[in-house]
Order: sequence, then C-alpha cells, then structure tokens
Amino acid sequence: MSDFLPIGEWADQVVNFLLDNDSGTFGAIGALVGSLTELVENGLLLIPSWLLVLALTALAFWRVGWRFGLFCVAASGVIVGTGFWNATMATLALVISATLISLMVGVPLGIWTAKSKLAASFVRPSLDFMQTMPAFVYLIPAAMLFGLGKVPGVLATVIFAMPPVVRLTSLGIRQVNSEQVEAGITFGCSPRQLLFKVQIPGALPSIMAGINQTIMMALSMVIIASMVGAGGLGNDVLTSIARLDIGLGFESGLAVVLLAIILDRLTESFGVGQERKA
Amino acid sequence: MKQKIVAKGLHKIFGRAPEAALEMLRKGRHKDEIFAQTGMVVGVQDATFAVNEGEIFVIMGLSGSGKSTLIRLLNRLIEPTVGQILVDGVDVATLSKAQLVALRRRDMAMVFQSFALLPHLTVLDNAAFGLEVAGVGRKERERRALEVLDEVGLKTFAGKRPAELSGGMQQRVGLARALAVDPSLMLMDEAFSALDPLKRTEMQELLLTLQKEHKRTIIFVSHDLDEAFRIGNRIAIMEGGRIVQIGAPDEILRNPADDYVRAFFKGVDVKRYLTAKDVALPDEVLVMEAPADVNAGFESAIGRLREMRRNYGFVVDKEQRVLGTVSIDSMLRCLAEGRTTLEQALLDDIQPIPGDTRMSELISNIVRNPYPLPIIDGERRYLGAVTQTILLRNMAQETANV
Repeated sequence: MSDFLPIGEWADQVVNFLLDNDSGTFGAIGALVGSLTELVENGLLLIPSWLLVLALTALAFWRVGWRFGLFCVAASGVIVGTGFWNATMATLALVISATLISLMVGVPLGIWTAKSKLAASFVRPSLDFMQTMPAFVYLIPAAMLFGLGKVPGVLATVIFAMPPVVRLTSLGIRQVNSEQVEAGITFGCSPRQLLFKVQIPGALPSIMAGINQTIMMALSMVIIASMVGAGGLGNDVLTSIARLDIGLGFESGLAVVLLAIILDRLTESFGVGQERKA
Repeated sequence: MKQKIVAKGLHKIFGRAPEAALEMLRKGRHKDEIFAQTGMVVGVQDATFAVNEGEIFVIMGLSGSGKSTLIRLLNRLIEPTVGQILVDGVDVATLSKAQLVALRRRDMAMVFQSFALLPHLTVLDNAAFGLEVAGVGRKERERRALEVLDEVGLKTFAGKRPAELSGGMQQRVGLARALAVDPSLMLMDEAFSALDPLKRTEMQELLLTLQKEHKRTIIFVSHDLDEAFRIGNRIAIMEGGRIVQIGAPDEILRNPADDYVRAFFKGVDVKRYLTAKDVALPDEVLVMEAPADVNAGFESAIGRLREMRRNYGFVVDKEQRVLGTVSIDSMLRCLAEGRTTLEQALLDDIQPIPGDTRMSELISNIVRNPYPLPIIDGERRYLGAVTQTILLRNMAQETANV
C-alpha cells in the first residue's frame, strides 16, 4: 500500500532484518520445535490405532461417562473407516506440540501479569493483537523465518492459541479468595510458597479452562497452518478446496470436528473435576 | 502484668500521598474532609493500646470503622503508614521481610471470617498448613495437626475436604490451623461472625475452654456486642478509624465515653451483662464476725437486727469470709436449745452467690428466696448483699436510663 504511514513496509523491514541478522537463533528454535513435533507425531503413530482408541475410550469413560466412552469408539471408527487416521494423528501431534509450547510460555506469563501491573500493561495489548490479527497473517513471517513445514505451522499456532491460557491464568490467580491469600501470608508463606501452595491450586479451575480454550484454538489454527505445509488434516481440507471436492472436504472436516469434540470434553472434564473438589 | 503487644500511634492511610494526609490529620482535619479534598482514605487513625499477656482483647466497631484494617496492621498484612507495633518489645513495623516471615511462622496466627481454608487440601493438611510452610516434616506436622484437631473435636474428619464440612466445623479447622503452630498471639478477624447464633455461642465456649487450658494472647475483632462481652477481658471500641474507648466490659457499660459507644447499647438488654457484684450493696445487711461476736451473745445480735428492722444477718470469719446467714428465728431457736455460737444458728439452705453470677441467674435465685443473699468473691470474701428490694431498685434505674 502506498500511504504516508508505511507500517507495512516497516513490518517487512523488521522481518527482513531478523532474517539477515539472527538466523542462528531462529534455526535453533526451529530445530527444537521441529524435533518436539516429530517426537510427538512419531510417538502417536508408533502406538497401534486400536490401543490408542482403547486408551482414549478408557479415559473418556473414567472422566466423563459411559455415553462419551461410546461416542469415542464411534468417532474413532469413523476416522479409521474414512482413512484419515494418520492425518488425524499428524494434526493431533501439531495440536499437542503447539499446546505444550503455549502452556510453557503462557502459564508463567499469566502468573506474571497477575502479579505485576506493569507486565499486565504491555502483555494485555499484545494478547489482543495476537488474538484479533487474522490468523493467516502470522503464516507469512513464520514461513519466512522458519521455512515451510511443521515448524512455522506450530509457531503460528502458538501465537494464535496462547492468549486464552495467559488471560485465564492471570484471571484465576487474581480471583483466588483474598482471605485464602492472607491466610497463606499469615502462616508465613514465602512468595514462592504462596504461589505454589495457595494461588496456583486456587486458580486451577480457571487455568484448566484456559488450557481447554487454547487446545480448541490450536486445533482450528493447525488446519489453517497447512497453508505453510504443516500437514495433517489441514492438507486434505486445503486439497478439497482447491479441487472443489465436496466429499473429501466433508470427510476431512468431519474428522476435525470429531477430534475437536473429543479434545474439548476430555480437557473440560479435568477443569470441572477440580471445581467439584473445591 | 506483662504486655504482649503494644501499638503506638498506628496510622493507615490508603492513597497516593499518605504523608500529605497525615499532615492534615495532625492539623486536626477530619477524615471525611481529607477524603473530599484528596481522595485518600484514613483507615486507622492514631491507634494506641496495650494488650496484656493471656488477655482476650476485643476490637469492636461497626463495619467501616477500621477494625479489620487495624488487626491486619498488627501482622502487617497491611503495611502501616506510621506507628509502632511492639510484640514482646520488638517493633514489627521495622522488621525485614525475612524476619517478618519468621515471626509469622513462629508466633502469630490468624483466624478469618470466611474461614479461608484451602479447598484442595484435606482437613488434616489444612490444620498442618502453618507447620508445612515452616518446613516441619510430614510425620511431625501430621501428629501435631491431629492433636489440635482432637482439641477442637474434629479428629474423625481429618481425611475430609473442607467443602464437606459445615460452616461451624470449617471454622474449627481454621482454629485448629492457628493452634497447630502453637502461637502465643492469635489474631481473630470476625472469626465467628459467619456462623449462625447457636454455632457462634458454641465456638465462643470452645475458645474460652481452650483459653483456660492454655493462656494465649488473643486479639478478636467483632461487631457483636454480645460476643465482645462474653469473651473479652477488655474491649476497644472503634469509630471512623479511631479507638474511642478501651476498657473492661462493665467499665464501658457503666461509663460510655460518648454517644457512639452509648448507641451500641441501645436496644441491648444491659442487665444481661451486669453481674451480682455490680449490684450488691455492702451495708445493706448486718455483718457479724463469728468468733469475736460470740461473747456478745445472741441477745445483742438479735437486738441489733431488731434495731435495723432486719430479720437476717450474715456471719463472716476474721478474714471476712462468709460462713452463712442467720435469722432472728434461727437464733431464738438456738437459744431455746441452749446452743450459744453463731455458727450453730446458720441457716442451711442459703448459699452465698459468686460475684460473677449473671443477673438473669441472680434474679431467679432472688425470686425463690425472700431473704438477702450474700455475694462473695473467689475466696468467699464478703462483697455485699443482694435483696429483692435492691434488685428492683436496680432494674427501675436501668429502665429510667434508657
């Protein structure tokens, strides 16, 4: 765009600058993320599908109930039957990797913003930016910095999916009953003890809700990330669009939906479990 | 008596520039004025008091009077703006963070209005929380926690979660958690206010029982006059961030410092807080010293009673300890039977009444007994007499005062 305020050019220059001057660091990050994703995906594919279905069903039965256990069996049957098992596992691996990274960064960030007004004052607008910037836009710099493949896919997903867990961790910590916090301080907690013995346990339901939201957003983003070659179910969705193939689109889309429902109910159940105990 | 905790000139100002607000206070400006001009809130203004070791010191006031802020200044849950807090002579206000943590772990515990138990821990772990934080090993802290849970009557609930317990039981856990660290100073912030009246009384009794077994210094915040009078050795009454009066319950009752304090007693049945010694009169009844007056004989005793137009007299020993009551009739009977000492003429069915007997109990006693009752202290020494007339006169006065 040719305007008097060339923000786009600046963004371009920043990315180019990073590319020219610091490719070593990005290489290292890329390698790390890449190997994590590979590890998860290979792990998932190593397990025979029937064993994974069994484990999933058992988990569903234990956490949610027998109806949902049955649903898991049926859903897995549909995915295997339509031939999308491997693609689904690749997508799941992307989701798990992106979620793990989001949590490793997001939970501490959430705690920090809960404790420091200064941190909150610059983290919050950044989160707004991350969440509302159209998801595709991240793919461009990600692909430029990390090349095509799983790595830019996972990292773009991390940026898109991290905000909920940051926000809900921060909210959870701030909403812990003030007298419980006072009790912690009164009985001689150090700041560290206060965090781990009072605040994080008290914030856990909220943190779990954040994790659930992060997983759901990660799932929607890894589909989009197939545009930079992240693979998995997104590839099939993309192909179906390119070929106007309704059948392929429906089948691959259905696999995404089923995976989403299973992930949502399972992770949600952990948050509710905490609340019930509380 | 040793002073456990002393507060001197303690202030708390909430706001951006507390120094300016302090300056305005020094110039005698009212807190409302300061709020209107600067937006700063005077939470506590010039709190000065001393609490003796082993005493239950109640801080009483309406909501917003600063009592909860004041108690939090004492363990620095809220940082004081200026002032000293001396605990065993050490100024808490100047302690470093590490020293403060050490003091809280060792010697101060707090009980909260909302119980503030940790929902993810069992009752046992909650009770052991202070010890865990202080680094006491699992075995030792669980042993101690069970011990205090037993003291508050919850040993069998050790494995439960707080949410499975009723409010009263939860606060017992809160109390146990405080007792577990064996503090010499306990801060209790509206500890029983969230409980229903029956449970509240039960907890007050539990606290008094525990206090009998092991004297601790307790600072107890309450808005409940009944509670303050029941458990408080002394009471500080707060209004608008200031302490307006400090004193023993009956002192405050008899000499309220101002209208605010008086307003507290409005609609309150003051009789309930008076005790026998408050109404007893020393000169109403003839008191005879037993061995000394023997020689004077019954005739003289009977003569003196008739002179005073009384039927009854009290007999005390040399140390003024009450031996019992005699009447003209009982003495005449003795004379007829040839017995000669006052002790032999004592009426069996009149028991002296301890001075701290509540009015309600005293009234029912007096109604049953037409004769005057001797009121005694802990050593059976004579304090005075209560008769039906005295009681009626007293009640008439109370009614006139209101």
